[in-house]
Amino acid sequence: MADNILEVEALKAYYQMSYFGVNREVRAVDGITMGIKRREVYGIAGESSSGKTSFIKVLAAAIRPPLRVISGTATYDFGGAKTDVTIATPAEIDAIRWRHLSYIMQGSMSTLNPVRRIGRIFEDFAARPLGLSGSAFRQRVVEHLGHLKLPPSVLNAYPHELSGGMRQRVTIGLATVCKPDFIIADEPTTALDVVVQKDVLSLIKNLQTEMGSSIVFVTHDMSVHANIADRIGIIYAGRLVEEAPTRTLFTAPKHPYSAHLVASLPRIGDTTQRPALEGRPPSLAAPPAGCRFHPRCPLAIDKCKTEAPPLVSVGTDHRSACWRANDVEPLVPGHHHAGVAA
Amino acid sequence: MSALLEVADVSKRFQMGGILGRQEVRAVDQVSFGIAADKPEIFTIIGESGSGKTTLARMILGLERPTEGNILFRGQPVRHDNRADRLKFMANVQPVFQNPFEAFNPLKRVDRYLQSTARRYLAARDKASIEAAMDGALQKVGLSLAEIGGRFPHELSGGQLQRVAIARALIPNPPLLIADEPVSMVDASLRMAIVNLLKALRDDFGVSVIYITHDLATAYYISDRLIIMQKGRVVEMGPARAVLDAPEHPYSQLLKASVLSADDAGAGKLKPANDLLQLSDERLRQAESSRLEERTDGRRVRV
Repeated sequence: MADNILEVEALKAYYQMSYFGVNREVRAVDGITMGIKRREVYGIAGESSSGKTSFIKVLAAAIRPPLRVISGTATYDFGGAKTDVTIATPAEIDAIRWRHLSYIMQGSMSTLNPVRRIGRIFEDFAARPLGLSGSAFRQRVVEHLGHLKLPPSVLNAYPHELSGGMRQRVTIGLATVCKPDFIIADEPTTALDVVVQKDVLSLIKNLQTEMGSSIVFVTHDMSVHANIADRIGIIYAGRLVEEAPTRTLFTAPKHPYSAHLVASLPRIGDTTQRPALEGRPPSLAAPPAGCRFHPRCPLAIDKCKTEAPPLVSVGTDHRSACWRANDVEPLVPGHHHAGVAA
Repeated sequence: MSALLEVADVSKRFQMGGILGRQEVRAVDQVSFGIAADKPEIFTIIGESGSGKTTLARMILGLERPTEGNILFRGQPVRHDNRADRLKFMANVQPVFQNPFEAFNPLKRVDRYLQSTARRYLAARDKASIEAAMDGALQKVGLSLAEIGGRFPHELSGGQLQRVAIARALIPNPPLLIADEPVSMVDASLRMAIVNLLKALRDDFGVSVIYITHDLATAYYISDRLIIMQKGRVVEMGPARAVLDAPEHPYSQLLKASVLSADDAGAGKLKPANDLLQLSDERLRQAESSRLEERTDGRRVRV
């Protein structure tokens, strides 16, 4: 689609290690094909060790050994100029980083240099890509901080002097001050309290709408996805297993794993027993044959044990990788979604 | 009703700062509640960071002494002058910590923890009875010694590790567990496994749990009673469902309004509840002259 800002084609990225002649391969990203549209928030969900962090490392052009791209492409289209980050030279990546492609990191305390004032950290990050200096730069930063409801005085503060919520807003400010076209956000609100979390999420959403950027939003918290994402992709054991618009994914999931993720969410006002998923995520060094979810899947049949299901279209804008996609019932208990499908 | 745990007007103040500009921080301010011995329950403490919920838990565990007030466990003050008393108390009140990956030494086999806990708290000295105690505790959390024995922490998933941590706490058969944010570090799919386990401990084994969290949804799901804390003070307490269905204090309302719900999936409802934030801040400023008032449905609200 011409409208996509990012095209990922059959991407495989493995961790390859060799100790004393013994080779070990961890297939963290194993054949992902997807596209991200302009001006959309794309949510990526999956449990830890599902490969979602490795996937966004590739998208962020932070591919360092032992992580290697084995095959496939991840091509950005910034105003017609195409960059495939899997083969781009450091100079080419330098040209897009921060100005076009930016990254909001998870732990605000470990992202910000503890011995530099916030103002200096902004200079370190953004002065060069913005091409501004002195008072013009400062003015631009102050104006941007205003969008994030931060007073100019934070520029003189050290990271430890700010609260967790303010620090997280500073890291968001750093990632967005150059008005990038594409932002990767890795669990940006996971460590925050509920009240602050909602505040920070709405700031991210407002900035995104205003700048017209695309965001890849990674978190394992489905209730965050429910409220910020336009589309959601579910990753399981290095593969994209389902992709759908947010509403569809929550009301009519077509993969047993997504159906479980949605059904296991506790809700205030509802005390019906929530199921927990048995078993453990598969080892990416030796994933199970066939569909990687089959050992934990309530719908598994013999075919699932030997043949890996392809990710195919199951509806408008909706793809699922399951042999029994049509038998997946939305497991949501009670009355909550009754009638929504109509 | 005999009380298992009684927390009476407990306060904790910390001194901050140096010689100049010394400041006093009230981490916990006059908190009272009780847990009955004959009726196991999940008692939830809800609060944001800085609300004093962890300080309160540390005081119940005897890791911190209250500045004012008393904590009684089975009528005895939680305050131990010698090791024997302390061990006897700890056999009855056991902690479960937040992050299972940090709670275990990566270089030790996980069953070592179970073993040393069994040795310390049970009179048992022979191998067979220690292993029986370990296996019994693991069975309660849905694992077994055959599965876990000899494994290192990295060989287990986060959910399994957290269950082993709970099994360890169960070895001395304590009537009370204190679980400080036991699910905030685990994945969504494992979260329900842990929460369901706490529920089963209450229902099947009669263990009371003090569940500390900032997650209102799981609190609603498993708790019998709860207290909501704001900056060291209890703002609302009572039957969990009644309070969370219709919170009365502005701060409780703010917390509920800030919960991201999946019911509106895709609707993009992210508008912060600024009016409630203002209201609860206002109440916080007047908190000096406030008190808890009883309501007919059994809850108490700060007015």
